[in-house]
Amino acid sequence: MAKKLLLENAHVENIRSYGVYRDRGGYSAVEKALKMTPEAIVEEVKKSGLRGRGGAGFPAGMKWSFMAKPEGVPRYLVCNADESEPGTFKDRYLMEFIPHLLIEGLVVSSFALGSNRTYIYIRGEYAWIVDILEQAIAEAHANGWLGKNIQGSGFDCQIYVQRGAGAYICGEETALLESLEGKRGNPRIKPPFPAVKGLWDCPTVVNNVETIAAVVPIINLGGEAYASIGVGKSTGTKLISACGNINKPGVYEIDMTISVEEFIFSDEYCGGIANGKRLKACIPGGSSVPILPANLLLKTAKGESRLMNYESLADGGFATGSSMGSGGFIVLDEDQCVVRHTMSLARFYRHESCGQCSPCREGTGWMEKILMNIEYGKGKMSDIDLLWDIQRRIEGNTICPLGDAAAWPVAAAIRHFRDEFEWHINHPEEAQKRNYGLANYADVRDAVLV
Amino acid sequence: MAEEKKLFRVIVDNIPVDVEPGTTILQAARLIGGEVAPPAMCYYTKLKGSGGKCRTCLVEVSKGSTADPRPMPKLVASCRTTVMEGMEVKNITSPRVIDARNGVVEFLLLNHPLDCPICDQAGECHLQDLSYEHGKEATRYEFGKRTFEKHDLGPHIQLHMTRCILCYRCVYVADQVSEGRAHGILSRGDHSEIATYIEKSLDSDFIGNVIDVCPVGALTDKTFRFKNRVWFTKPSDAHRHCDKCCGKVTLWQRGEDVLRVTARKDQWGEVEDWICDDCRFVHKKASDWIIEGPTQVNRHSVISQGHYVGMRKPKETISEVMGGRAPKLLMDIHSVSEVNKPDVDLGALPGPATSAVFNKEKS
Repeated sequence: MAKKLLLENAHVENIRSYGVYRDRGGYSAVEKALKMTPEAIVEEVKKSGLRGRGGAGFPAGMKWSFMAKPEGVPRYLVCNADESEPGTFKDRYLMEFIPHLLIEGLVVSSFALGSNRTYIYIRGEYAWIVDILEQAIAEAHANGWLGKNIQGSGFDCQIYVQRGAGAYICGEETALLESLEGKRGNPRIKPPFPAVKGLWDCPTVVNNVETIAAVVPIINLGGEAYASIGVGKSTGTKLISACGNINKPGVYEIDMTISVEEFIFSDEYCGGIANGKRLKACIPGGSSVPILPANLLLKTAKGESRLMNYESLADGGFATGSSMGSGGFIVLDEDQCVVRHTMSLARFYRHESCGQCSPCREGTGWMEKILMNIEYGKGKMSDIDLLWDIQRRIEGNTICPLGDAAAWPVAAAIRHFRDEFEWHINHPEEAQKRNYGLANYADVRDAVLV
Repeated sequence: MAEEKKLFRVIVDNIPVDVEPGTTILQAARLIGGEVAPPAMCYYTKLKGSGGKCRTCLVEVSKGSTADPRPMPKLVASCRTTVMEGMEVKNITSPRVIDARNGVVEFLLLNHPLDCPICDQAGECHLQDLSYEHGKEATRYEFGKRTFEKHDLGPHIQLHMTRCILCYRCVYVADQVSEGRAHGILSRGDHSEIATYIEKSLDSDFIGNVIDVCPVGALTDKTFRFKNRVWFTKPSDAHRHCDKCCGKVTLWQRGEDVLRVTARKDQWGEVEDWICDDCRFVHKKASDWIIEGPTQVNRHSVISQGHYVGMRKPKETISEVMGGRAPKLLMDIHSVSEVNKPDVDLGALPGPATSAVFNKEKS
């Protein structure tokens, strides 16, 4: 079993409480970090090769070093806990079970970035986790890890938890900042990037929960030791939230050297496809990344075994590959209908589009309506090409990545499963009668979504 | 001697232009003018923070700058991207841009009612112009369009949300020109709407400006609604002494009647100065105003049909061809045929002319 860096102590009894966490070596990273200079910490994170765990995979150390440092202007660190991607639930697990790990990571990162006020912007639906975090913050405060003059270092830091109000778009970093400022969560137009003009026009770094948590082992082990785990540019360990038709759904911490095949079929991880069915397809990184059929998932187009890391999952670009994304691993068995699946994703993105820029606002609704027609037996053959044309004109032409995220699943579904769309159009009666197991629990046409 | 400012040389569609640092690509392209300037539906020079939303002004940056000549991977919104020294931009010379713009126009028209025949904005509508230039004649959208109830925003303005393209310009006006914060957009995605928050800011003296900034017919002047088509009205510049605003307006007249008053707009459809609601809605007699002269509407649109200045009669070519001689009548059709006899007054007939009419005259 691979070494766990983040979830090592997740199931120790009472790990949520400060005492147990401290006994298990908690807050040692803060002790170590406060003896270093902020620049040395940033350097250490750079050396570790840690990549942002929120989806884009941008090197975290690089992001930190881009932060502008004008005199007399406060700097902010914001932790993005607005985890709303369908299929992704790793941050919830982390915050729920070991909240002190996040707090510890935040104190170290705040010290490195010079942020005296640090925010956790948490998804509104995670209401109970807010209480857990508040409790952890209070405990850390009482033990001198937060507040004024932390452990006599002269560094002040306070952490605030802010709940969102239930919008997927607020997970986009600039929309998150707008929302945090109390405004409507519309993404900002970049540039300027948050590193220059972020929260209240001050330099800001926005990092995912898992990224912040990973800073703790980086400081404890040292950047180089952390970089030696994993392979190539995919260093360290990654949390994968596996769900779908598998025997053992849940959050797994992997080092990024194992193959996708091992991850799905070994008993240590997903434990194979549920009910003895066969693997049909998989979305390896949360709903926004392209779906891959079984053959391309297990082997790359070159015939090599595909590994669970950033490079290997993206091998072949979007034509034959996908992306690591945020680690929401959704597995579909042979009974699942890709058309219905794509329709429900399109429905999600239509619902969550902020409505600011026209391609996303109008295009997502249009795609949803066409996919609903196909799914409910009213599709035309020309609809498939039309869908392709719509997604092509949304992708890359929007303010924020939500447009891309809405376009990619549709594009990949048509690219790899065009025959299934055609079958739906040619056999409208049968397509509706087929039993899709749990996916068929409700007729979405009756549901009111506004 | 004032220190000379360093200018950035930018090349838009192979035409070089020197602009100050901090200028956006759109403004640089507008300096060149003509077709090179990308269309803009949401950007408004006078409104801080506007732009970037409609995506009609997307351009391709084929060379980032002299220092970093890499092209930008995505198309960028020219209204919000500032220029760099040596930047090369492709607007109408890029097939990618034209294709993306066609897509944006299609998206904007998906839920637009296309009720131009009964819309007061027709003739000066930016969406209409944009659709003529970049749209297709047929739609591929086969579903019902989203609709909204009409709202009255105060006594003078009507909001027709169905026509709205959500450019946010009116929100910025309510926020920046009139007093008090007004948020304006409710809901999200394709069901977002301009709504009640903005109604509450209507006691302001300057809220009428939302009509001028609206690129489509979503916000219309109730004192002008259904009075006339804009291309039948004659615009003239006028001014009056006003305590609240600059008092410089354009009067739109039909005969002696002033049908509506708007702020003066430049060739990009942007107002030169905001005007107050008194000037716009109350002073609607020609005697209220000192008329300066006809307005030159310098826009490639139907609206420019209504002005006199610069109008030229088409050249008479027939006399030129004939060497100055008048054309001579060689044959009168009525001398050889009885069809359409000139002594039958067609206008005096009660119904349509039939063969019976001509036969009766004959007998």
